[in-house]
Amino acid sequence: MSDVLVFAEHKNGHLPKTTLVALGAGLELAAKQAGKCVVVAAGEGTEELAAHLAGYGVAEVIALEHPALKNYVADAHAQALAALAKELGVQAVLASATAVGKDLMPRLAARLGAPMASEVIAFGEDGTLVRPMYAGNVLATVELSGPLRVITVRATAFEVAARGQSAAPVRKVAAAIDPSALKTELVSFEETKSERPQLSEARIVVSGGRGLKAGENFKTVLEPLADALGAAMGASRAAVDAGFVPNDLQVGQTGKVVAPQLYLAVGISGAIQHLAGMKDSKVIVAVNKDEEAPIFNVADYGLVADLFKAVPEMVEEIKKLKHS
Amino acid sequence: MKILVPTKRVPDPATNIQVLPDGLGIATENVKWVINPFDEIAIEEALRIKERLGTGEVVLAAVGQKSWQEQLRTGLAMGADRAILVLNEKALDSIAVASLLAKIVADEKPELIIMGKQAIDDDSNQIGQMLAEMLGWPQATFASKVEIKERRCTVVREVDGGLETLAFALPAVITTDLRLNEPRYASLPGIMKARKKELKEVPAESLGVELTPRLKVRALRPPSKRQAGRKVSSVAELVNLLHSEAKLI
Ligand SMILES: Cc1cc2nc3c(=O)[nH]c(=O)nc-3n(C[C@H](O)[C@H](O)[C@H](O)COP(=O)(O)OP(=O)(O)OC[C@H]3O[C@@H](n4cnc5c(N)ncnc54)[C@H](O)[C@@H]3O)c2cc1C
Ligand SMILES: Nc1ncnc2c1ncn2[C@@H]1O[C@H](COP(=O)(O)O)[C@@H](O)[C@H]1O
Repeated sequence: MSDVLVFAEHKNGHLPKTTLVALGAGLELAAKQAGKCVVVAAGEGTEELAAHLAGYGVAEVIALEHPALKNYVADAHAQALAALAKELGVQAVLASATAVGKDLMPRLAARLGAPMASEVIAFGEDGTLVRPMYAGNVLATVELSGPLRVITVRATAFEVAARGQSAAPVRKVAAAIDPSALKTELVSFEETKSERPQLSEARIVVSGGRGLKAGENFKTVLEPLADALGAAMGASRAAVDAGFVPNDLQVGQTGKVVAPQLYLAVGISGAIQHLAGMKDSKVIVAVNKDEEAPIFNVADYGLVADLFKAVPEMVEEIKKLKHS
Repeated sequence: MKILVPTKRVPDPATNIQVLPDGLGIATENVKWVINPFDEIAIEEALRIKERLGTGEVVLAAVGQKSWQEQLRTGLAMGADRAILVLNEKALDSIAVASLLAKIVADEKPELIIMGKQAIDDDSNQIGQMLAEMLGWPQATFASKVEIKERRCTVVREVDGGLETLAFALPAVITTDLRLNEPRYASLPGIMKARKKELKEVPAESLGVELTPRLKVRALRPPSKRQAGRKVSSVAELVNLLHSEAKLI
């Protein structure tokens, strides 16, 4: 038997899809190991969130409370979670590989003296884990040994947890934190505001690359297409580096990994590092004026065209379709 | 200020990586080896901090084989002052590498560690955070801006949904994101000078760290290839196919 503790990342009491995926993965892992799945919401005033989490088929929900956990900071969260994992005696701690998960879990692993696997995409029947390496060009089957293991999962690789009939018990726990070990001050958070769907949650993603040539063109050319499709916006690294769009739109090896139903790559060449972040999308469309662009090797539908002409036409065609 | 920069040797990011038929490694004949791109950014940032302060020392540290000297020399040619190579032949996991680096830190006592957020071979994104915890230091991962004033450090981080700013007193661990800076190239005089700079070798076994990996790689395989689809000849055809065939719009 082997129990799993899932860290439920939340933002002001709201659960992003990535957290529901972590729950889904945690439930799957616990079931494979004949153990139970416990979920923890850390923060201040998390009772309501904890009560909501109780409906996802888990064995128990912990509302881990402390003023130092109000906002996410690595040192406080690592301390509190390590103490909880030890108290519960679980054999695995799991979170989604979001910016928070990536920041927190290795620190937690070191505190627990536990080995860790990042961005796991599958659990084997024999306790092994599968994870990508080399920008997704290699899949490694790995094994973590020891009494306790730390895992982050890739959110595109697992199903979200389903809400069940019954509610699990909720337990409020005062977090064990040594304030003298808290050395980080959260100064500010500058949020990228957008009315569009979140990149990691969207059914359709419209991504632009260096081919867009200027930030202005993201607004005037690409955004109308995203709006017509109800899509999230994404971008290549080149577009982000050039300052066309904010950093959190970057898709790829070192940005976000997405797998929407439909991914449209516009003016993106298709470098390995970009493909690493989108090649598991269900349907891929590429618009590029260079017919040799590697993006066409993964595209289901490729259009060789000047995007400045093709994209506005697409918007028109989609509108026609919607009105017919 | 003394700044330590852990540096890894990895295949050039443009390499077409091939898994060996036995599934136990990758083909290395045609691989060009480079400094991990994120570590290059870390070296650059350390050099800039030193230049801004007008004083200090930038020390590179690597845990690897003899051949890694080449990448350390490149880092020295960029301008780092000296390098430490912890020699080790066997596979290590992140905890072991972080523990070895922590030993170097205990010995060198840097005030700041700047390193890559992720090695582009294992794509783990773990060692900086592990090292920070082992040392009991604050961490700022995925940095896109670093400011240091009188031993106090402010870091802008690239996180989901925007940019976060953290502040803390040194010592600390910072891991770099791609947009922190544009690394310089090594100049010819830099390359000449680098030959004479100190590159100390330390056997890993001498550091008293448990090296047996607890993350073991059992097998490697290539992912299933995605089939290229078809080219369409017009926007109208594309939209039509997305509607009637893919049923997505
Ligand atoms: C360590 C490392 C990590 C990286 N991580 C990432 C990552 O996470 N994500 C990422 O995306 N990249 C990443 N990269 C960068 C990657 O290697 C590529 O450089 C980048 O993806 C290129 O972006 P791009 O396709 O927009 O630009 P380019 O490669 O310059 O391609 C632009 C494309 O636009 C087309 N084009 C130009 N004008 C038009 C037009 N008018 N109409 C139609 N098409 C047009 C061109 O034909 C070309 O194919 C990383 C690189 C490194 C070294
Ligand atoms: N063998 C190594 N020697 C020195 N530094 C390393 C080594 N492996 C990883 N690092 C550092 O740790 C960072 C993160 O690596 P990783 O956690 O493996 O993705 C890298 O960018 C390097 O700065």
